[in-house]
Order: sequence, then C-alpha cells, then structure tokens
Amino acid sequence: MAITEDAPPGAEAGPADAPSGQEGRRLSSPLVLVLTLLLAVLAQSPIRGLLGTPLMQSWMTVFVAVTMQALPFLVLGVLLSAALAVFVPPSFFARALPRRAALAVPVAGVAGAILPGCECASVPVAGALVRRGVTPAAALAFLLSAPAINPIVLTATAVAFPRDPEMVLGRFAASLLVACVMGWLWQRLGRTDWLRPPAHGAHEGATKGEAFWNSVRHDTVHAGGFLVLGAMAAATLKAVAPAQWLRTAAADPLVAILALAVLAVLLSICSEADAFVAASLTQFSLTAKLVFLVVGPMIDLKLFAMQAGTFGRGFALRFAPATFAMAVAGAVVTGAVLL
Amino acid sequence: MNRQSQAAVMFLLGAALLHAGSTGLYLRYVKGGLQPLLLASGAVLIVGALATVWYERGRHRPRQRTHEGHPHEGHPHEGHAHEGDAHEGHAHEGDAHEGHAHEGHAHEGHAHEGHGHPEPRVSWLLLLPLLALILVAPPALGSYSALRSGTALQKPYGLGPLPGGGGPARLSLVDYASRAAYGDGRSLGGRTVQVTGFLALDGSGQPYLVRMALNCCAADAQPVKIGLTGTLPPVLRPDAWLEVTGSYSPRLSRDPVNNGPIPFLKVSSAQPVPAPHDPYDETWNN
Repeated sequence: MAITEDAPPGAEAGPADAPSGQEGRRLSSPLVLVLTLLLAVLAQSPIRGLLGTPLMQSWMTVFVAVTMQALPFLVLGVLLSAALAVFVPPSFFARALPRRAALAVPVAGVAGAILPGCECASVPVAGALVRRGVTPAAALAFLLSAPAINPIVLTATAVAFPRDPEMVLGRFAASLLVACVMGWLWQRLGRTDWLRPPAHGAHEGATKGEAFWNSVRHDTVHAGGFLVLGAMAAATLKAVAPAQWLRTAAADPLVAILALAVLAVLLSICSEADAFVAASLTQFSLTAKLVFLVVGPMIDLKLFAMQAGTFGRGFALRFAPATFAMAVAGAVVTGAVLL
Repeated sequence: MNRQSQAAVMFLLGAALLHAGSTGLYLRYVKGGLQPLLLASGAVLIVGALATVWYERGRHRPRQRTHEGHPHEGHPHEGHAHEGDAHEGHAHEGDAHEGHAHEGHAHEGHAHEGHGHPEPRVSWLLLLPLLALILVAPPALGSYSALRSGTALQKPYGLGPLPGGGGPARLSLVDYASRAAYGDGRSLGGRTVQVTGFLALDGSGQPYLVRMALNCCAADAQPVKIGLTGTLPPVLRPDAWLEVTGSYSPRLSRDPVNNGPIPFLKVSSAQPVPAPHDPYDETWNN
C-alpha cells in the first residue's frame, strides 16, 4: 500500500522542479516533500517498531480519527468560504445585515443556525465574511454561534439527552447569548489592528475559477495544518491524562463546572459528538454538562490553533480567554434559569 | 511550502481519504455514516490539487520568472482591473527586462504568497496524518484504551424480548450487559447467550470482554465491559476477538475508573473469531 500511494508525489511534483532549478539558493519545498515521503517509506519498519507500544498506537488512532473526522467539515467550510469570497459580492452582505453593528451582531448570530457542520467549517467561513467587509463583530458572533446552534448539533443533543429536553433549549439559548455578547464586546472594545489584515493573493486570480480554487487550496493547507496541530493536542490529552481525575473533580459543584469547561477546551471534540460525551459524564450535574456543551464549540485547542491561523495570533490570544470566560458565565446563568 | 507542494499534499490527502473511505479502513477511526462525506471531500481535495497544478502551468509556461521575494506588496488591486494588462504582457515576452518590470506590476493580483504573506510552515503538519494513515494505519482502539476509560453502560429504557430460535441467544455485548446489570438478568430467562467482543486483562489478570462504542470518531469512543468467569481458554491474549457462550452470573463489580457497573458472564465455551468489519458498536446510542 505504501509503495502504490507513493507514486503520485513524484508525478505531481515533477513540473515544479523546473523553477526550483532557477532559484538554486535554497531547498525547494517540492524537493523536501519528495525526500520526506521517500525517507518515510524507506524507514517504515523502524518507524512502525517505535510506534508499536499501546500508548503510541492509541495516540495515533485518536490523532488520525480527529483529523479524519474533521477534514470533510473543513473542506465543506473551505468551499463555502471560497464561494462567499469569490461569487457573492460585498454589497450583498451590506444589504443582508442591518447597518448598525449592534443589530448586525444578533442577526449574524442567528444566521449561524444555517451552517450545518461543526466548528472546523465555521472558522474559514467567518474569515471570508471579514474579508468581504462584514463588520468583525457580526462575523465573530457567527463564528461562535454556528457550530453550536445548527440543526444537526441540536438534534444530536436531543438524542443524547432524551430525558432532559431542556438541555437542547439551554444549549441554544446559552450559545446564542454568549455569541451575541462576544460580538457586542468586540464592537465596544475590539481593535481592528488585533485582527491580522486579510491576506491578499490567496483569494485572487485572473478568473473567478482560479480565484475560487486558489482560495480553496490556501484555506485547506493553512487551516488543515492548524487542525493537525489541534488534533495532536487532543490525542495527547486523551492518551495521557488519567480518567480518575474526573471522579474527584465531580465531587464539588464549582470544581465540576470548571473541570468540564477545561475538559471541553482540551478534548477538542467535534460539536456534533460532544453531546454524547457529555451525556456519558454521569457523575456531573446538568449545569456542568451544559458548560461543557457551550464552551466546546466556541473555544478548544483545535479552534484556537485555527483561529490563530486565520485571524492572527494577537487576535486569538485575546479572543480565546474572553470567549472562555463568557461561555462559562453564560452557560452557568442559563443553567441556573432553565435547568 | 509552495503551490506545487501544496497541490501534492492536497492530492495525497484526497487519495488517502478516498482509499480509507472505500476500503473500510475508515471504520477504525470514524463512524460509518461519515463515508459519503469522506469520499466527497477526498474528491474535492483531488480536484483542488489538479486545479492548482492547471493554473500554475498557465502561470509558468508563458513566462519564466521567479516569483518569490518581490518587493511589491500591499498595493490595492483588483484582479479584473489588470486583466487587460496581463494579456498584453504576453506580447512582450521577447524583451525580458521590460516585460518583467511591466508584469511585475500587472500581475500583482495573482502574485505568489512569497509576497509579504509567506506560506505558513504549519502546512507541513498535514504530512503527519497522511504518513500515519498510509504507513502505519493504526488499529482501532483496543484493550489499552478500554481499561483507561470507564464503562459507558447506562440504564436502558426498556428491554425487548430475546431473539427467538433454539440454542443460545445471540446478543450484542451491550444488550447482555444492560440485561445483566439492570433487572438482575430476569429478562434473560435463564437462557444461554452468545456474545462477541475483544479481550482486555486488568492489572490483576481479570479478563473482560469489551466492545467500544462510537458516536462520531475514535476520540469519543467509550467501552462497555463485562467480566468473564467460568471456563476460559488457557491462553488469553489482550485485543483478541472472542465469541463467548455462557449464562448469566449474578456477580457484579464496579469499574475502578468511573464506578460504573460491570456485570459478569459465566462462560461455558469460547472461540476466537476474526475482528468484525466495523470494530465499534454504533447501534446503541444513535
């Protein structure tokens, strides 16, 4: 299998060798790529030996699983964002969203319900919205609400909590609330220079087709790289952290809420699946589970890495802690009212 | 990573997704329902890679110029506005110097990422899942993960009738565990049952028969365990799949990880079976 899969890089990278000859001064990336793949194939039996321990194997399984499960949704988001960036004129968003940013935020938040998928899809789409001139506050509200309140995720939540239908309502209300509050907060305190200026070149081309595929390629390898980073973190946590910690954490209600909030960040589970994981944490209170469900889609390791890649590190470092705090607070308040 | 390498990585990723999605390899990592999405996204990645190569060819063939390290950047530009210039540019091809200077400006719109927005090195990480999948193809989660996470057995809503027919009743591992742990096995009616799962041995050597259940991907996989007593094969190898025939045992223990119930089965015979096509149990919570 390894041998047959190896043929394409040579064929693909062939034409690329011509320009690299001109540069000459440094190793070109196609060359590095081919060398890496060849080395990996040649050294595959020692590599397999090193990775043979149960710990490494389960790490790799979870790592591949997180990546594989997220890639289709990433591709979906990338296609959508490329279509937004190329085929939808900026004037459309100017007409579709209220002129006042304070009103645009909740409208964009509710609009998040139409993006079916998990958080991997929403990051590139929100990036495209910002590039298309949508006010960042509204785009951020969309970014936060879309993964949590779309019908697929809400249905999964209802299935996972058949005896507590109020969890679905709680999740919807708390997620929308936190998304809007974060949007308004950005409108009031946010500074545009925290956002990395939109990257030029990636989404442009001589024709619309070229621009579209340029955008797809750029977003896929870019966000995909950060997705892999997040998957590595999540796999490490899953393989290394002992589950007994959770038992001690569940004993105290306050600690339980914080523990599940942190766990949601570290585990980086897809928002379509997190309800089932929450349901299995039987020792914890419903409010703590709601915190888990609200925090997870808004901020986790994978999302942080992807946000840093799309909007810049300076943005992510400020936005992520604020989102975390607001999500915990919003979920606790909603839990107190509803559950 | 330049565009050709990106195209190559996208192509390989797409091919790996198609390969995994069409051979059943994907079932080790994600749930079965994801297959159409996997195949579709694999196809999109391949089309994207081919499109990149196609457009790059169009870019390189008419004029050989180096792209990286151009000083121009940050010019406001619209791809369309310069399109006319771009086509004119081809006519100047003979005159290298003039053509170059002219085009350097005209083609701002689709310049390489070398311009002030370097291609992120993080893209190289995409090689890792690719290599992991192609070279190693890690196995489905087994006894190691099963012993580290607590049993996910939950009280069932109701217990259906046992499958009819003579001989032992073939039950899913989760079904037997629910019947045995809740309701003292009364719904089993004293019948012998046949259960399939893989073996896990805890620190004291106690054997468990385990089935992992999946909601979305292996990151959220959770085990359901039953303890085995009675006559067992002399050699027990962790992760080996067994088809066990036996009867209800009133013994019940607690999972040390999350205090969940672990019912027991009194084994009368056990025989090794090959791992099922889908190593995870996707039936019980979806």
